[in-house]
Amino acid sequence: MKPALFDYVAPETVEAAVAALAGDETARPLAGGQSLIPTMNFRLSTPGRLVDLQRIAALRGIAVEGGTIRVGAMTRHRELETDAAANAANPLIGEVLDNVAHIAIRNRGTVGGSIAHADPAAELPCLLVATGGAVTVEGPGGSREIAAADLFRFHMTTSLDQAEILTEIRIPALAPATGYAFEEFARRKGDYALAGVCTLLTVEGGVCRAARIAACGIASRPVRLAAAEDALAGGTLDEAARNAAGEAAKEYVTAQADLQASEAYRKDLLAALVRRTAATAAKRAGG
Amino acid sequence: MSTRQFGEPVQRNADPALLKGEGAFIDDISLPGALHAAFVRSAHARARIRSIDTSQAEVLPDVVAVYTADDIGALDAELPMLIPHPCITSGGKTQRPLARGDVFYAGQCIAMVVAVDRYAAEDACAAIAVEYEPLPVELDLDRAVADGAPLVHDDIPNNVAAHFVQQSGDPDAAFAAAEHTTTVRVRLERSTAAPMECRAVAARWDGVSGELTVWDSTQATISVRGGLASLFDIDEDRIRVIAPNVGGGFGQKIMMFHPDEILVPYAAMELDRPVKYIEDRVENFIGASQERAQIHEISLAARKDGTVLALRDSFVHDTGAFIPYGIAVAQVASTSIAGPYRIPDIWVEMTLVYTPCVQVTPYRGCGRPQACFAIERALDQLADELGIDRTEIRRRNFIGPGEFPYVRDGLLFADGLAVNYDSGEYEKALDLITETVDLASFRTEQEAARAAGRYLGFGLGFYVEGTGLGPYEGGHVKVHPITGKVYVTTGLTSQGQGHETVFAQIAADQVGCDVKDVIFAEGDTQAHEWGVATFASRAAVVSGNAIHKAAVKARARIIAAAANMLETDEDSIELRDGRAWIVDGNRSVSLAEIATASNPLRYAFNEASQTATQFAPASTHDGPPLAEGQAPGIEETDYFSPSHATWAYGVHAAIVEFFPDTCAMEIRRYLCIHDCGNMINPMIVEGQVMGGIGQGIGGAFYERCAFDENGTPLAANFMDFLMPYATEVPDAEILHMETPSPLNPLGIKGVGEAGTIPVSQVVASAMEDALAPLGIAPVRESPMSPDMIHRLLSEARSR
Repeated sequence: MKPALFDYVAPETVEAAVAALAGDETARPLAGGQSLIPTMNFRLSTPGRLVDLQRIAALRGIAVEGGTIRVGAMTRHRELETDAAANAANPLIGEVLDNVAHIAIRNRGTVGGSIAHADPAAELPCLLVATGGAVTVEGPGGSREIAAADLFRFHMTTSLDQAEILTEIRIPALAPATGYAFEEFARRKGDYALAGVCTLLTVEGGVCRAARIAACGIASRPVRLAAAEDALAGGTLDEAARNAAGEAAKEYVTAQADLQASEAYRKDLLAALVRRTAATAAKRAGG
Repeated sequence: MSTRQFGEPVQRNADPALLKGEGAFIDDISLPGALHAAFVRSAHARARIRSIDTSQAEVLPDVVAVYTADDIGALDAELPMLIPHPCITSGGKTQRPLARGDVFYAGQCIAMVVAVDRYAAEDACAAIAVEYEPLPVELDLDRAVADGAPLVHDDIPNNVAAHFVQQSGDPDAAFAAAEHTTTVRVRLERSTAAPMECRAVAARWDGVSGELTVWDSTQATISVRGGLASLFDIDEDRIRVIAPNVGGGFGQKIMMFHPDEILVPYAAMELDRPVKYIEDRVENFIGASQERAQIHEISLAARKDGTVLALRDSFVHDTGAFIPYGIAVAQVASTSIAGPYRIPDIWVEMTLVYTPCVQVTPYRGCGRPQACFAIERALDQLADELGIDRTEIRRRNFIGPGEFPYVRDGLLFADGLAVNYDSGEYEKALDLITETVDLASFRTEQEAARAAGRYLGFGLGFYVEGTGLGPYEGGHVKVHPITGKVYVTTGLTSQGQGHETVFAQIAADQVGCDVKDVIFAEGDTQAHEWGVATFASRAAVVSGNAIHKAAVKARARIIAAAANMLETDEDSIELRDGRAWIVDGNRSVSLAEIATASNPLRYAFNEASQTATQFAPASTHDGPPLAEGQAPGIEETDYFSPSHATWAYGVHAAIVEFFPDTCAMEIRRYLCIHDCGNMINPMIVEGQVMGGIGQGIGGAFYERCAFDENGTPLAANFMDFLMPYATEVPDAEILHMETPSPLNPLGIKGVGEAGTIPVSQVVASAMEDALAPLGIAPVRESPMSPDMIHRLLSEARSR
């Protein structure tokens, strides 16, 4: 469990980092290292060069502006989890982060690193998809914006190019009259979940005006559960509607059976989490 | 008198250093100029090796040596068959240090690289090309013994490694006459100990003195020394084996030899450089011993009142690709099968099966968790069929307190002697746990919860554990003449159990000193010459009593010398606070002075020693300074060799909630009643039991060494092998009973493995109880899991 030989650079600007990546096809950016370093130690990943982003001050920090929470990519999980303004703007953030691994890992792991790593079972990508957030990336051709819906492609695969660096994550603030909930089920506290669900319900006059539901751990990427959303939107969020949403969610499970969950179990689990988060979100929305 | 230390919750002597990071594990031991080893391991479960090409690795700049089976001389042979038994087919298969011709499990060592550091060694391993011809495999135990199944070893028909039947009484007659019989089939899957410190070995050869020093993260330094001496054909006195701080063993480190344990010393001698090998976590999961997989078919013959008259158990045991530790695990399972119950007539058949997986050798519990699961699951079913409460049926079958010693003639335990329970109060333990849990109130709560759509369940499991096996251990007690500290040694090793504290308590009681003034040494063949190893919950029983006997003798020496020095008779001496006092007086001499005065001196280096030189007034007596037959100093050695195993026991219970929507389980309460005879240190006993419960929870609900159909390990890291975190292990309520063992002077029984044994049964029983309203089928497998609960619930719904 020792990594293969690699070069290491630690630039202090985004431009220098992009240049370092662009000069070497085998180069990979290093953020918090909580996933990349273990895969290197297993020799599942053998980058020729690591471009360490931690000295780039411009990639740190959290700001809440105009209904958007802007998070520098190198912000640690724990910094965002405990940021009062960010959580006031969208309390779903803290609820999600509480489920990410353990505090020791959240102290080192970064928000941008987790999103760019794109583990289909990870919580932050699911949060970004559920809230309809976006990211900014910078590469040799300049910077561009990618909506969450266009970012996650497949297991550990995003629409970033090899020499592009994810610089900022933008999470919308919680909309008015909106209830939220995140719940996941993992074998052990802090493990990647067998399934996790992020639910946002906007309720006016006892009727669900909008529903956004996304899940992690059930497919090759975080997915919106549109059919479950449809089962709730326009209705009264009663038990029958929640049950229907749970049933509707099952079709999105495409993950193969693994050591911990058969396909049938994962489907039923997802349905349970949709029901539970819908109930919590409805209650929080005051509906 | 000094306050008696035996029985007190004395703080552990070893902890301050360990907590401050001052422990020295093998990787912390700096060996200047050391080289580092890494292994090429088989990628296939069963294959023929077509070729091994090491040429690319050999030319790498930091590589010092590359070894295959062709390069290790006389070591290229099957490793020792440690515990032979006549029932083992063709004497039994053991592995070669490096594969020759064939590989038998994924993870088997094929080549060893020695390089300047581990990075370079792993680079070189990646540069070695091995060409395989994969062969068919069969991992299922039932199918593996069928005619035509792929063979692990070509010359072992039906993969049967051993077959053995034991019988006590006349079970056939009992079954023929029984009013009721019941049969269950249970399956337990493969697991592993996963100690926090993986295995490790380092070696240094001194070519001038011809001495080999080996640091081995082992449970058995003295036995390893003996084995190395035999394999290398050098005298034992030329080999020193040291187990420094060891981060857990749980039986995995009693197995010798894992290939590295001989190849690293070999390379150190061959290259005349120190060599170090630190097993990594993946290697521990694929290359170190595992355990647990068994399938039992157990039948009980009973009267309608629930009295069990006879038991038949036929089980298959997965021994992996090799059987170096003999039938030990299966034998312990087969002889623990009747638990604490009278059951006079027993027939047990065991079939050990070779599978293309890493070898099976004892892991904490060693067959007992399997036996407990089988008998306890069967007893639950019998109770249900006869309409008797599951608790009550156990009460009706316990061996009573007046029935000891209780012998099961014909069932030979792991020490080769008939099962012979020495003492116990089983019914009292059951009463204590049901009273503590307040079962009646729970049933009311359970009813109310069910009405509200919640599923609570109660389960319990009883177990017995034969502990403290021979052959023997020694104890050595010496009073240091300068400091008066008491030096105690034994031939064991510690993996963190607290030996240094409990053995100090035993010695301190006899010599009358503070526990902190006992300096304890073990895990070093130069500290103590004779002994066996740490295994089978035997350290406290065997070494504890040996140290006690040696300390009793040292006490007599101290009192005799002190009486002489204080010019009084021996009955007037008492020992406390590190001194010998005249009873009811204020005159005393220190242990240091006594030790000094007991050693006739030529030279005086301090005030105390001036009185011990041959010209000092105190020395004037007739005859030589050291009388005929007398030894100098205060130093005694003695040995304890138990007549047979001493049987501890206990009962665990849990109240559990199951959530049918997510299939989660939450343990709301976990209780344990435990009896290991007289407790030396209840705090340490509690730690042992709690750790065992944690490991048992792992075995019951989380941990599984899974393989794919080709025999490739699927759970070779802590993401896939789900060792529970602290968040998954409940706080257990642990209550003690103390029924002394009549078999040893201290009246103690072993406790090391106790906590792990009944947990799977407890969880399974509680699950059935909780989910009974949903009509689930009986729980017959361990580990359980949310996925399994889902399956049971789905099956129930579709019926």
